[in-house]
Amino acid sequence: MTKNLAQRNYYGKALAELAARRDDIVVLDADLAGSTKTSDFRKAAPERFVEVGIAEQNMIGIAAGLAASGKTAFASTFGVFASGRCWEQIRLAVAYPRLNVKIVATHCGISVGEDGASHQALEDMAIMRALPNMTVISPADAYEAYAATMAIADYKGPVYMRMGRAEFPTITEEGAAFEIGRAKVMREGSDVTLIGCGQMVSFCLDAADILAGEGISAEVINMATIKPLDADAVIASAKKTGCCVTAEEHSIIGGLGSAVAECLCSSVCVPLEMVGTKDTFGESGSPADLLAKYGLTASDIAAAARKSVSRKVKA
Amino acid sequence: MVERGVPELENIANKLRLHVIEMTYAASSGHPGGSLSSADLMSALYFRIMKHDPKDPSWDGRDRFVLSKGHVAPILYAALAESGYFPVDDLITLRKIGSKLQGHPVRGKVPGVEMSTGSLGQGLSMSCGIALAGKMDGKDYRTFCLLGDGELQSGQNWEAAMFASQNGLNRLIAFVDRNRLQITGNTEEAVGLDPLPEKWRAFGWNVCTIDGHNIREIIEAVDRASASKKKPTAIIMNTVKGKGVSFMENNAGFHGRACNSEEYARAVAELREAIQ
Repeated sequence: MTKNLAQRNYYGKALAELAARRDDIVVLDADLAGSTKTSDFRKAAPERFVEVGIAEQNMIGIAAGLAASGKTAFASTFGVFASGRCWEQIRLAVAYPRLNVKIVATHCGISVGEDGASHQALEDMAIMRALPNMTVISPADAYEAYAATMAIADYKGPVYMRMGRAEFPTITEEGAAFEIGRAKVMREGSDVTLIGCGQMVSFCLDAADILAGEGISAEVINMATIKPLDADAVIASAKKTGCCVTAEEHSIIGGLGSAVAECLCSSVCVPLEMVGTKDTFGESGSPADLLAKYGLTASDIAAAARKSVSRKVKA
Repeated sequence: MVERGVPELENIANKLRLHVIEMTYAASSGHPGGSLSSADLMSALYFRIMKHDPKDPSWDGRDRFVLSKGHVAPILYAALAESGYFPVDDLITLRKIGSKLQGHPVRGKVPGVEMSTGSLGQGLSMSCGIALAGKMDGKDYRTFCLLGDGELQSGQNWEAAMFASQNGLNRLIAFVDRNRLQITGNTEEAVGLDPLPEKWRAFGWNVCTIDGHNIREIIEAVDRASASKKKPTAIIMNTVKGKGVSFMENNAGFHGRACNSEEYARAVAELREAIQ
């Protein structure tokens, strides 16, 4: 049964469990532990929790030093700061030497809401995806956030994982394993492929319901790993349906849409429509109002799907 | 191991300087100025002070060294090669295609290089992480970090400085190569750093100021720092950029440029004369 749950709560839960069984795990936070839920780890293993204060660049350097000394380091803060404030530190200290640092960001996307554009990470996947050696993950719901946390703890190397702030519906099965780099077909269809990440996967499923009522059969893919992209899954589905839509709570520049476009243009050149923010900053408002205003709803995805279908070359 | 005396360490420092001149000349690029100013420190560290094993670069008990001012990679490579991490003959491949000796140090490529550096202002944060791991695990290794003075204009250093004292990283020792020159010229005319000891003290560190070309003073300062029970220590070394080659001394022009053939011949002659 679908529940409304916040991903960060399940990130905290996963960290607390890891604290008990993995001595090598350390967690760093920049004054936001209560919000990112790394506070759950602090409670479970205070001696391995590192408060760096409001100093994200320093946090990344410290995480790199800890990782170079054998630790598995999780570093968390809000997405804007976790990716942008310390991008070059991540590049040199973490990505280049391929150190075992997991940058886990919360409060990503426009649904951060009332805090406004300064706090709405809409470019983070683009700038993280551009870094060599970096894996980029955006789980679809709270259960998947938990499973992905466990998976990245076992993976050796740099990871950027983004999560939202708000509660939103669960669409994956609790307890399901997460495989980095493996897309999941959530619903099979034959006329159009909807590829989403984060909470947009749930909107893709809603859009597929809308489209079904119009006689359009939509396949829905949960692309929780944006890098490395599951190209096989994209190509197989694109060949089957003949057109695609991507949906992300992120700019259409450089994120999931771009990754899928890069894949399609060198394999199967089918129509692709992108749902995401259109080269713009967000603003203050309720999450629902913002998602509607910036074109990030199920009906926006359905409209993009109709357009994508209409662009198919008629035989 | 036989403990090397100061005259021998001074001699090694000049050998390292000669390597720097040869490597950067062969590469037709690189940063000799700051490499020469830190040669005495590198000799003291790698040939007397540090506990390390060139045959086992990842030995758990080793003291760690992070070159925050990564552009002086030539002096680090020279010290690593002379102490046996890799063949001295490799030095001449500096900055050439396919060489492990990249323009700035890379972790994983060169035995003995702990962290990748080159973008200034980050090494002290990395050193904090290494020192913190040691503290968490109850290990007694020391973490040494070499900073440029101009580099201290970068704010991340001061984030790291606050963190180190807050967390009682007493096994962390930072050296500041205070040669007072950056690319633009005098550090005090760019964005001034004085009074530098007071700044570190205000951030909760032990501080001492020494002559960075006096190996005896370097050894004694590290001995005192190693006895610290609570605070990290900053050792501010007053140095001369380009030290050891007359026409390179106090010359910001040699911050990031190698010798031409005429300069090369003079520099090599001067250093060969100094080496016993």
